[in-house]
Amino acid sequence: MTIVTTTQSRVVAMLDDFLWRAALAGVAVALASGPLGCFVVWRRMAYFGDATAHAAILGVALSLGFSISVFIGVLLAALAMAFLILSLSGRMFAIDTLLGVGSHGALALGLVAVTFIPGVRVDLAAYLFGDILAVGRLDLLIIGAGCLAILVVLWFRWERLLLLTLNADLASARGIDTRRENMILTVMLAVLVAVAIKILGALLITAMLIIPAAAARPISRTPEWMAGIAVAAGVAAVAAGLSGSFYWDMPTGPSIVTAATLLFVVASLFTLSRTKVLR
Amino acid sequence: MSLIQAQGLGVRLGARQILRDVDLSVRKREIVTVVGPNGSGKTTLLRVLIGAQAPSEGAVVREAGLRVGYVPQRLAIDQAMPLTVARWLALSGTKDRKLHLQIAEQVGISGLLKQQMSSLSGGEFQRALLAEALLVRPDLLVLDEPTQGLDQPAVASFYQLIEGVRDDMDCAVLMVSHDLHVVMRSSDHVICLNGHVCCQGTPTLVSAAPEYQALFGFDTEGALALYRHEHDHRHDHAEQGGSDAG
Repeated sequence: MTIVTTTQSRVVAMLDDFLWRAALAGVAVALASGPLGCFVVWRRMAYFGDATAHAAILGVALSLGFSISVFIGVLLAALAMAFLILSLSGRMFAIDTLLGVGSHGALALGLVAVTFIPGVRVDLAAYLFGDILAVGRLDLLIIGAGCLAILVVLWFRWERLLLLTLNADLASARGIDTRRENMILTVMLAVLVAVAIKILGALLITAMLIIPAAAARPISRTPEWMAGIAVAAGVAAVAAGLSGSFYWDMPTGPSIVTAATLLFVVASLFTLSRTKVLR
Repeated sequence: MSLIQAQGLGVRLGARQILRDVDLSVRKREIVTVVGPNGSGKTTLLRVLIGAQAPSEGAVVREAGLRVGYVPQRLAIDQAMPLTVARWLALSGTKDRKLHLQIAEQVGISGLLKQQMSSLSGGEFQRALLAEALLVRPDLLVLDEPTQGLDQPAVASFYQLIEGVRDDMDCAVLMVSHDLHVVMRSSDHVICLNGHVCCQGTPTLVSAAPEYQALFGFDTEGALALYRHEHDHRHDHAEQGGSDAG
């Protein structure tokens, strides 16, 4: 009887451990993707985010092929895609066409490239949809550091980025280097993709940027409130998604995004009903 | 001494030469107005002066530490971004709450501080833009067609406001304007632009210049252009086709 109890408690402790790691990693990503996602929404960068995130699969293939860290490979691929699109936009093709080519091209190329890597059986689903429960200690450290870096940069550049988002000329008149700020925003997006791919997968990272921010919009009065509520919505979605994954064996990434989407629907309906009453 | 000085400015975008050989300077407390037909490079000139666009030729010299308050021609605040008027004013970077209230009072938006920017009327919105530019405590206030889309009384009161502001805040004003008759009344210096500087000087000097009259289609008395202009504004939002008098 006593033996059973200790084994049980050990198992519980172990479960706690990986669940805690998963929870911490998820919360870290939610903290960073909340405010960053607001910029994605305000600047209509959803498809830009998609293209950058899809390039992550190409990054996975590269890092497996050259035996480098997946974080590094994904970061490089995401950065390359982001700057390729930025430098090509405005020439010859409309931006959405370019994004479409980049987004789907990178995803397809990545999926093809992975099959050519000899001797590796890759669980592609983990990179496409995320596998938050497999987050290791080192992963957690990298995810935490990446998200913290994004938050610190956002904290110090918040006003500048807001001005730039509202009107680039206004930002220039105030002495802000608009090219530099655009670049910083792009790099932050690539870093988030790199740290979030383990948790959400390439296909769902953009969802975590957009949906919590969109859920926050109708109940916010200022940019800061929107960012804060987006963080709260993100954290709630991670908690709900993890529970679903743990108790009902649902895939983690999709569960988190489903929860976030439910929050979005609730927030929108709430606002709709209230405005109707007011009228 | 000039707050800002441009010499030999040229801007080429692709194959198009938008500006060439533009000299311009704004002195302390001066109100300088740039007039010119559509596509004459007015907005490009302002963008070069505020540093949003690098000139292809020439240079802009600013007084060290020059603070510029800028009111852009268009500022589309996306529905996606919630923004109260108070928060918008805070973007000026000025923390002084008393100054916020004082300037909001001065431009007549003190009752709107809690409202969303997207809910303001055209005139209120322009005033909110002006208030933010003033909160920068500018040495130079740059306005790009600040009265677009406003009706006649609103235009008149907006320019009155700007003159008052110049006196209160002791700043220079550089603006692009379509409102010829108002410009002619309230500017110290008028620059008539059409890719290059056609003529410039005091309002009376410029309005008598043959280059100016040719550009704006004045007849001998100037009555036709004035009529067209008034006509423009009575119909306010309706486009007048290609024959824009301003």
